[in-house]
Amino acid sequence: MKVNAQPSADSLLLTLDGELDASSAVLLDTELNKPELLNFRKVLVDCAKLSYISSAGLGVFISHLQRLQDNNVKLVFFNMQEKVFNVFEILGLDSLMTIVPTQDAALAV
Amino acid sequence: MKDVLRIECSRRNLQQVRDFVRSFLASRALPELLVNQVVLAIDEVVANFIIHANGEDERQHIDLQLVVENHDLNVEIADHGSTIFLPGPHLAPDLSEYIRQGRKGGTGMALVNRLMDRVEFFTRDHHTVCHLSKHLV
Repeated sequence: MKVNAQPSADSLLLTLDGELDASSAVLLDTELNKPELLNFRKVLVDCAKLSYISSAGLGVFISHLQRLQDNNVKLVFFNMQEKVFNVFEILGLDSLMTIVPTQDAALAV
Repeated sequence: MKDVLRIECSRRNLQQVRDFVRSFLASRALPELLVNQVVLAIDEVVANFIIHANGEDERQHIDLQLVVENHDLNVEIADHGSTIFLPGPHLAPDLSEYIRQGRKGGTGMALVNRLMDRVEFFTRDHHTVCHLSKHLV
């Protein structure tokens, strides 16, 4: 699992590559814990190369969402593979998190 | 069709578990979504065995057995540790509340119960065993 963070003017682009499970979730948690995250208006999560997510990966996003919202930082997922979206959907997280099809749509949120 | 895998109790071995399940199911030409659901359910239970039942003690092992008969997948996950892990009945987690609390855990077994047709935990010779089953159609 690789997590790449690329800052721009008002947003942080997080690119996830690989399988997000109970072993690799700590990498993502470390990234989302960084205080400078709260300086951005948006955190855009590119899921094109995210091929698997377990509850541990979901848990990282769930655990940071309120803190981001409280600081007016939007968390937006895009390019999500169907099998990964299905996991969000099974738990009903697709209605609690912002998931859009493309990067253009994510930038427009 | 049957296959078995033994792993040490380390979360680093979860990738090996998922690869094993995918490889086992590969010959059946199942939809990718269904394969991912089965892989996820098994990954979640094994992760619970590793972390909660065995405290990530790499001297302990977990045995995984997969059997397909007709179109039914039957999975057995068993450990050899002394801590019995029997998750209670899982109600639907209140995810809005989890988000408000910033809670990390608590969704794994809810996923397993929604993904599989049958989920059963029990003890055998003072160790924990989990049986999962799913009709693969």
